Amino acid sequence: MKHILVALVENKPGVLARVAGLFRRRNFNIDSLTVGTTEDPSVSRMTMVIDSTATDASAVERNLYKLINVLYVQDVTNEPSVIRDLAMVKVSAGPENRGEILQLVDIYKARIVDVGQQTMIVELTASPSKVDQFVQLLEPFGVREMVRTGLIAMKRGDEPMFQEETDEHARGEWRVLNTN
Amino acid sequence: MQRTGAQIVWEVLTREGVDTIFGYPGGAILPTYDAMVDYPIHHVLVRHEQGASHMADGYARATGKVGCCIATSGPGATNLITGLATAMLDSTPVVAITGQVGSKAIGTDAFQETDVTGVSMPVTKHNYLVTDVRELAQVLREAFHVARSGRPGPVLVDIAKDVQQATTEFEWDDRPIRLRGHRPRAQALNESMSRALELIKAARRPVILAGHGIILSGAYNEVREFAEKTNTPVALTLLGISAFPRSHPLCLGPMGMHGEAYVNQAIQESDLLLAFGMRFDDRVTGTIKTYAPHARKIHIDIDPTEINKNIKVDVAIISDLKAALERLNPHLEAGDHSEWIARIQEWAEDTHARDIIRNAPTSERLLSPHVVHDLWKATSGNAITVSDVGQHQMYEMQYYSHDRPKTLITSGGLGTMGFALPAAIGVKMGMPDEEVWVVAGDGGFQMTMAELATAVQENLDLKIAIVNNSFLGMVRQWQEFFYDKRYAATPLFNPDFTKIAGAYGIPAFLVDNREDVIPTIEKARQTPGVVLIEFRVEMEEVVYPMIPPGSSLAEMIRRPKNGEGTTEVSDEMKQAGIGAASV
Repeated sequence: MKHILVALVENKPGVLARVAGLFRRRNFNIDSLTVGTTEDPSVSRMTMVIDSTATDASAVERNLYKLINVLYVQDVTNEPSVIRDLAMVKVSAGPENRGEILQLVDIYKARIVDVGQQTMIVELTASPSKVDQFVQLLEPFGVREMVRTGLIAMKRGDEPMFQEETDEHARGEWRVLNTN
Repeated sequence: MQRTGAQIVWEVLTREGVDTIFGYPGGAILPTYDAMVDYPIHHVLVRHEQGASHMADGYARATGKVGCCIATSGPGATNLITGLATAMLDSTPVVAITGQVGSKAIGTDAFQETDVTGVSMPVTKHNYLVTDVRELAQVLREAFHVARSGRPGPVLVDIAKDVQQATTEFEWDDRPIRLRGHRPRAQALNESMSRALELIKAARRPVILAGHGIILSGAYNEVREFAEKTNTPVALTLLGISAFPRSHPLCLGPMGMHGEAYVNQAIQESDLLLAFGMRFDDRVTGTIKTYAPHARKIHIDIDPTEINKNIKVDVAIISDLKAALERLNPHLEAGDHSEWIARIQEWAEDTHARDIIRNAPTSERLLSPHVVHDLWKATSGNAITVSDVGQHQMYEMQYYSHDRPKTLITSGGLGTMGFALPAAIGVKMGMPDEEVWVVAGDGGFQMTMAELATAVQENLDLKIAIVNNSFLGMVRQWQEFFYDKRYAATPLFNPDFTKIAGAYGIPAFLVDNREDVIPTIEKARQTPGVVLIEFRVEMEEVVYPMIPPGSSLAEMIRRPKNGEGTTEVSDEMKQAGIGAASV
């Protein structure tokens, strides 16, 4: 099962290296990791996707908390949230294929952001599974290049995702109590 | 007031209570060394920076305060790494300060430049690179706070040379440090507490697993109260030695790979394990597949990542141990586990029947257990022993009975050979009124013996026992058991250690029979200053009992009874020993 962890970290040099180093050191496997800015310039936000068959997501969460520069971590896998991935695909698009590709672009609400003599760049922002399908459909035309940003997530609703007094330790104890 | 970065280092350190620092000067840290002369700091000049980090570690373990070391950039800093890794695995609060090349030169492969924050990242709790003098005071304060709060650990502060030279306004800010991303807490959930109490009440065969956390948390009295109130026997991890009085009737002794067989048996038969500040290391669990199969487990640890890391537990109490026990103890009901304890005592009889001290009072060759046992006797069990790593360390765990806390200092998690001598110098600097003994093998001692000069230069009253079997004994033992006695690279050519000592002006004695052990120890105790005794012991001794790596606690290689018979290592154990995923 895929777990999605969101972490707020201090925006300081070397923090990404600390997180990456932690994953390497503890032998954690991650599918993707994205880092970006937030509403607070002193804070960056990381989104990680973990395959929990290989790596215990709760261990990742607790280990992240041990890093001094990590402020909050939340596993949003089971939270109602908006999850997005952005893909850019440079697809072979000679005159004979363009019509068909445009149709797909329309159906998936993707966008054409560049047109060359023989290729097009198509951009799609959607849920990861939708992006998967879309890329698959483009493959028969010939995918020359493809890049995906990795997934980002945000919890739905009015409640803030992170609260100043979130007690990560209490969560750990509950988890043990509830699994026994 | 205006201060240079170099002065700020000492302004902060002295305010953080540092009076002793272990270090070695060099180009990139020179401004800080120059400023040091004006501050009330005692600097111990080591002979190798590894010694400095071990000394800071030993100092911290013995005093409970933060240990401090200092070195220059590049090789000076990388030489600290082994000591930092040692402190990291054994949760010791250490602050290491290193000089870095000028901030403009960082990244240019300048002379003696190393990315020390990069190199030390996996072996420190946290580290900092300071390139702006205005941040220096705050960073240093944070470093001390991080090192000693929560689960303690080493913190490194790398300071660019121009930062040491630059001047800024310095004002001591004594408000408590509050870090957004570091919030260790002391309070566990009420639900965990009540669930734990239920399990404790229901237990018929409980065992306390006493770990280093007891010492770090200062929870000796609370653990004792717990054990006595509930009449629960106590097993010790290596670093838990001295966390609970060995002579206490409820103390079982050491557990794990070279723990006593009856202690491991008690753990395997137990129906409730109370893990107090220990982390279920592979050296104490053997293979986790068969570990304590009948036992519920309550784990009290301040570090949430230790919960369910190796062993799945039934109740987790993420808390400072002392705080947790202060809440639990008032609710404990008197327990009577006399039947259970009597059963363990019965198993212990078998161990006593195999005991080498009882069964071989004299022997042709001097035996290491005799040396450790007699050291215990001669010092009335009152010394702080600083042990190196290997067979003698296991004998020390088995045969030196420690009653007072913080009296066995040893590298447990990392198993760092060469730790003992420098760590003991740190211990003695921190606890000058204590009798301090180094117990080291001939292999480990030679790794850091240059620090003899440091001990002499500091005029320390430090006693050194070298247990010399002319082998890397523990490795040889593994080769004997698991590698068909092919002794690859384990026989050692050794210098005459008494002559080595002589070159430093250190009085030294050579002992090779049992009768001379105690009288020579007495002589050493009466001789002020550094004294060295070389004990030439039987070359091919084996530490019993032993659980081969990857085997179950129930499968121990035992010492033959009453000196009779031979020890058979089954093919299965051999395979386990060679093939184990863990070392």
